[in-house]
Amino acid sequence: MSTNITAAENLLDIRGLKKYFNVGKKLLHAVDNVSFTIPRGKTLGLVGESGCGKSTLGRVVIGLLEATAGEVFFKGKNALKFNAQERSEFRKQAQIVFQDPFSSLNPRMSVYQLIAEPLIINKTCRNNTEVSERVKVLMDTVGLAERLITSFPHELDGGRRQRIGIARALALNPEFIVLDEPVSALDVSIQAQVLNLLADLKDERGYTYLFISHNLSVVRYVSDEVAVMYLGQVVEKASNVILFQEPLHFYTQALLSAVPVAALDIKKDRILLEGDVPSPIDPAPGCRFASRCPNREEICTSEGPALIEVRPGHWVACHRVKPEPGKA
Amino acid sequence: MSDKNTQAPLLDIRDLSIRFNTDSGVVHAVNHLNLSLQKGKALGFVGETGAGKTTTALAILHLIQSPPGEITSGEILFEGQDILRMTEAERRDIRGNKIAMIFQDPMTSLNPIMTVEDQIMEVVSLHTDAKGEELRNRAHEMLQMVGIRPERGKEFPDQFSGGMRQRVGIAIALACRPTLLIADEPTTALDVTIQAQVIDLIKHLQKMVETSLLLITHDLGIVAEICDEVAIMYAGRVVEYSDLRQLYTKPMHPYTQGLFNAVPRLDSEPGGRLAVIQGLTPDPTDLPEGCSFSPRCPYVQDICRQEALGLKEYEPGHFVDCHFPLGMNGGLGA
Repeated sequence: MSTNITAAENLLDIRGLKKYFNVGKKLLHAVDNVSFTIPRGKTLGLVGESGCGKSTLGRVVIGLLEATAGEVFFKGKNALKFNAQERSEFRKQAQIVFQDPFSSLNPRMSVYQLIAEPLIINKTCRNNTEVSERVKVLMDTVGLAERLITSFPHELDGGRRQRIGIARALALNPEFIVLDEPVSALDVSIQAQVLNLLADLKDERGYTYLFISHNLSVVRYVSDEVAVMYLGQVVEKASNVILFQEPLHFYTQALLSAVPVAALDIKKDRILLEGDVPSPIDPAPGCRFASRCPNREEICTSEGPALIEVRPGHWVACHRVKPEPGKA
Repeated sequence: MSDKNTQAPLLDIRDLSIRFNTDSGVVHAVNHLNLSLQKGKALGFVGETGAGKTTTALAILHLIQSPPGEITSGEILFEGQDILRMTEAERRDIRGNKIAMIFQDPMTSLNPIMTVEDQIMEVVSLHTDAKGEELRNRAHEMLQMVGIRPERGKEFPDQFSGGMRQRVGIAIALACRPTLLIADEPTTALDVTIQAQVIDLIKHLQKMVETSLLLITHDLGIVAEICDEVAIMYAGRVVEYSDLRQLYTKPMHPYTQGLFNAVPRLDSEPGGRLAVIQGLTPDPTDLPEGCSFSPRCPYVQDICRQEALGLKEYEPGHFVDCHFPLGMNGGLGA
């Protein structure tokens, strides 16, 4: 399991990553001490509700936001300490696909210009003919018909726009891609097409994905490992199967039970969480989830639980979940 | 529809067609739609973006802006009276009173410069004779019913979270005890744990207030939790309509089957592939000849491209708009 994997096999290794934002005199703890690794060719699904810091985390990892503290090791080297040349190399190898294909594409650029842009900026092609050939190959890869090459984003539906976003991310032959809610803005029939495309690309080219989503069913479908975030922290992390079948953190259990299932006769004991997610601005000491947790004890409001490995490969941050003796 | 003779439906939409005349052509948003809803029942109205769900709902309230909107055919019978042929005064009397609506986005559907209790009181004062303290008490009672402490009535919408705002929206909608509640994607803007709270609340209140519910959604999971009946909409028409059990255990329209298969599920095997509905929803300014699903249908036959069928009752209470419904004489089960 993941514990036996050496650092070299981990394409990405994140340690103690923090991102705080100044809001007036206070600090918003968007990402607070997050650590995880993603082995090469695997997908880590990152789930959580709005405002839990999952998108901020994705942006810090890719270098679009500066980290407050922590380390991001990419192929064994700390990406946060890269010099200018290393950074530009990293930016080619690590790409991001954004959630909203309606606002993440320049409306005044054609499909050709949009996909050619990263190629031209990075001077990866010798001449225009090569650029144009590469654009056509990329369009073919993501399933965009060549006749759309002169179209503009507003002329296309959401699914096709998202394919442009994916083609842009693939243009420089990256190794690692952050997918930030890539199908949330799409209808179900289109969502299925894009999910299948992402899965095919991963199988064919061995991409490593950080798949950020609020949709548990989608994460279930694409991930090898899953990390659940709550208010800036990872509260549980395990392999896909274990996390969905034997969740140990109460928040994960509540989250799973809250998903409406499109089938009859499945009687679920729904755990209804009370109240809302508290503010991430200067959060109270103790477990972030304590205010909504029906099982809280005294220690939960005074001391934050550490993320510990309770079983091989299964990490939980909860005072009430103890490591199984002899197993961890 | 099958028990039409025993009891007149609360809402009966017949042959409704709505189009929008735009610069880039005529958008056929709703095409010969038939739908009925019995008193006290909850109907799930399911479809993808642009299927015409919201347009139909707005037509029930007669809120289609005209121009560019135009209702070209049909009638909408509510308690036996055609809403389309009422006077504006009669309609105003019904809106927010007998028919109320919960909107998708609780961030924009509330008035940002009115306290929430004033917003509830506004509806009640429009439709009843209640005044002063009585009005305020009514507002507090409604807030309590949706799980908000009455003291918070003096606050403004921006002081509430998304889930709480949607609760305010529900309080406003139910304040006059409507006989028909239209909920347009009421939980789409909310997080899963908050969505679960709101679904629970709607389910509970629908029974308590004894209102009929028309729930517009794209999520078959939510329908399974709340509804008694389901109508699947595609390109402006209802393609399948039946009670919940029949539709979920034995979907007969290829599009319905495709929808079920395209959704990733919590119990699906990781690493597999989803069954995809090929192609895109048709351009509403240029609908295909015949059945509008025919260009994407895996079981398409020649007649499908030439002629649309209309809803047909293949089994008691199970209506399908398809020449070759699955499990009858069509699909792979033929």
